[in-house]
Amino acid sequence: MTNTENTIMLDVLRYRPEQDAKPLLQTHCVPFSEDMSVLQGLQYIKDYLDGTLSFRWSCRMAICGSCGMMINGKPRLACKTFLRDIYPGRLRVEALAHFPIERDLVIVMDDFIEKLESIKPYIIEKQPRLLSQGEYLQTPAERDLYEQFSSCINCMLCYAACPQYGLNPRFLGPGIIALLHRYNLDSRDSGDDQRMPLVNSEDGVFNCTAVGYCSEVCPKLVAPANAVNVNKANSAKDYFLRFVMPGGGEK
Amino acid sequence: MTSPVSSGRRPYMRPMQGWWRRNTFYLEYMIHEATALFVAAYALVLLVGLVRLSQGQAAWDGWLQALRSPLSIVFHVITLVAISYHTWTWFNIMPRTLPPILLKGKRLSEAAITHSGLAAAVIVSLILLGLVWSLWA
Repeated sequence: MTNTENTIMLDVLRYRPEQDAKPLLQTHCVPFSEDMSVLQGLQYIKDYLDGTLSFRWSCRMAICGSCGMMINGKPRLACKTFLRDIYPGRLRVEALAHFPIERDLVIVMDDFIEKLESIKPYIIEKQPRLLSQGEYLQTPAERDLYEQFSSCINCMLCYAACPQYGLNPRFLGPGIIALLHRYNLDSRDSGDDQRMPLVNSEDGVFNCTAVGYCSEVCPKLVAPANAVNVNKANSAKDYFLRFVMPGGGEK
Repeated sequence: MTSPVSSGRRPYMRPMQGWWRRNTFYLEYMIHEATALFVAAYALVLLVGLVRLSQGQAAWDGWLQALRSPLSIVFHVITLVAISYHTWTWFNIMPRTLPPILLKGKRLSEAAITHSGLAAAVIVSLILLGLVWSLWA
């Protein structure tokens, strides 16, 4: 902390299940310098002001996806948001919206993890490939199709941005559908028929009303709204094709 | 998930009431969705015109007369503004809903999709206006 003259007011939403009936705001005055991120502000509180404050973090450089939280009402990564952009204003930090709060800024992410598992986020081969067959070959054009969707870091900011997920947590949601799309688009993968039932289901893509805020808040420019909406067309195609395909087209 | 009761966990779920007022992005979304009602209202006006036309000359003239009333003109001006806003936001969202469009091996940019959509809307509107104008004059 090089410059301790300037300070910034930091309101943090606290929730300690053993003593709080519901979350409440706690205010701290934190030293401010030009190069400090919101995450560093929180770390200052934990180190010097109140060691009981709980929050998740790891890499400090927007790649682990752990420190997603509501910063002045918007879903952001705490490590990628700088105090200088808020100073001299007041900073308000809350746990990611639309998820249950476990404690302070820590959310319950079980739902997200279960959905992540359900879409089989790995390459499913048509036939098991032998080591002797060598590596898969893929052209740059084939790779370009899915590359953007493979940048997802599972930070869940898009879920905190999606009011439809907030209203109906059964909805598969933007980030998971983007990942599902990523594998379906991969030329090495042939798992579409295992994933499409999830897209088509009651909890699938048609819960989306194209609010579009998920793409707006994504720190890795994945554009989950695009993945969701393109899959609305894919789902409709899936539905209508069975009327014209031999064998009902049921995959 | 282990049972929150037995483990002492007590996850807190925040309410969703008034969610669309929490963020200007949501507010804009709600306004954009609300302007769709004006699109529906205007479709209804045209449908009524079609029904009146099928009922003969007198009914049709009556409908035309009703359209000239000050109240109808105010309604048309408000509807024009609402539908223009709807068009604007519609084409702004369009790049998010389309699969990638390849042009000479390059992906069409979001701005190009939005601008060509808006241009198409303006051109079609002008052609329609010119057509109606020439029939009327």
